[in-house]
Amino acid sequence: MSERRVELEVLRYHPETDAAPRFQRYSVDCREEWVVLDALNHVKETLDPTLSYRWSCHMAVCGSCGMMINGEPRLACKSFLRDYQGVIRVEPLAHFPIERDLVTVIDDFMAKLKRVKPYLIPAQARALEQGEYRQTPAELKRYKQFTLCMNCMLCYAACPEYGLIPKFIGPAAISLAHRYNQDSRDGGRAARQEEIAAAEGVWECSFTGACSEVCPEHVDPAAALQQVKIKSTVDWYLAHLMPWLKK
Amino acid sequence: MAQSSKPIVWGPFAAGGTLTAFLTPALMVLTLLAALGYTPDLLAYERLHAFAGSWLAKLALAGTVFLTLWSAAHRLRITCYDLGVRADTLVATLLYSAALAGTAAAALYLSRI
Ligand code: SF4
Ligand code: FES
Repeated sequence: MSERRVELEVLRYHPETDAAPRFQRYSVDCREEWVVLDALNHVKETLDPTLSYRWSCHMAVCGSCGMMINGEPRLACKSFLRDYQGVIRVEPLAHFPIERDLVTVIDDFMAKLKRVKPYLIPAQARALEQGEYRQTPAELKRYKQFTLCMNCMLCYAACPEYGLIPKFIGPAAISLAHRYNQDSRDGGRAARQEEIAAAEGVWECSFTGACSEVCPEHVDPAAALQQVKIKSTVDWYLAHLMPWLKK
Repeated sequence: MAQSSKPIVWGPFAAGGTLTAFLTPALMVLTLLAALGYTPDLLAYERLHAFAGSWLAKLALAGTVFLTLWSAAHRLRITCYDLGVRADTLVATLLYSAALAGTAAAALYLSRI
């Protein structure tokens, strides 16, 4: 197994004591097959125990190791050192305030997620003895891809609209709302539309598609948002041109 | 939160975008053919003039012009915003007016055929 000396340039920032963020260089010997997260762990173990960052699973499931690697939002545990040459620059996810070093403050996203009610709101109450809900493969297919989101927030770091308009509910939250709207068991769409059909909801999206490019789970949030736009447009026309259809 | 009225402007934008995606390649091929001197008989001036004479064709042509212009206006409006021009109401008014003026001109010329 070959080793390689890797130069990392990591953003450091302690808001309580530092006036401004700065970059710190680390030079570490790494195995060729390591990912950026391994290199950071190696730095923390051997050079600098004060370096802060989030991670948990090391296998692209938990979604906590999102960071900017050479300017691109990526999972540190899915970014192989062999794909990078020269100095690797590591920064916290763009568009989020910094808590400490590579750790960001994610309160904004968590609050938005809560607002879109990303859970099943049953269309009909069902007693236990009635057994399980049944779904055909076609019904499952309508939303399955959107269930894969692991809230890594890479799409928020990639989205230029979220950077410009922080109130924008954003790709992952809207995709998750869409995931439940598309579920045959669910009846909560009207409640979710309150948030996602508003101006700060889906309508701030200008379809740059950056979210889908960076999404490590291939959720394709951009597609979800365009589907939400079409459905909200149909809603609007029905409500305004054919108000008698209203229940 | 109030439902946004963005669908009024987004509906024709999406329709126009879809239409343009199909029309642009066809127009490019036809323009190239014409430039190379192979104008198909079907596209001769007299034929097209006669085609534009029917009311249904006029309606379809005016609709196409409206949707494509509107789609371009809306795209430009968003691009302006993204480039940092934040006077959105002014930009929107100017661009949508231009699209409507273009549509009105097309309708006027079509009505004279
Ligand atoms: S949609 Fe993709 S990029 Fe966005 S939070 Fe979910 S998994 Fe991450
Ligand atoms: S550590 Fe869990 S996704 Fe990277």
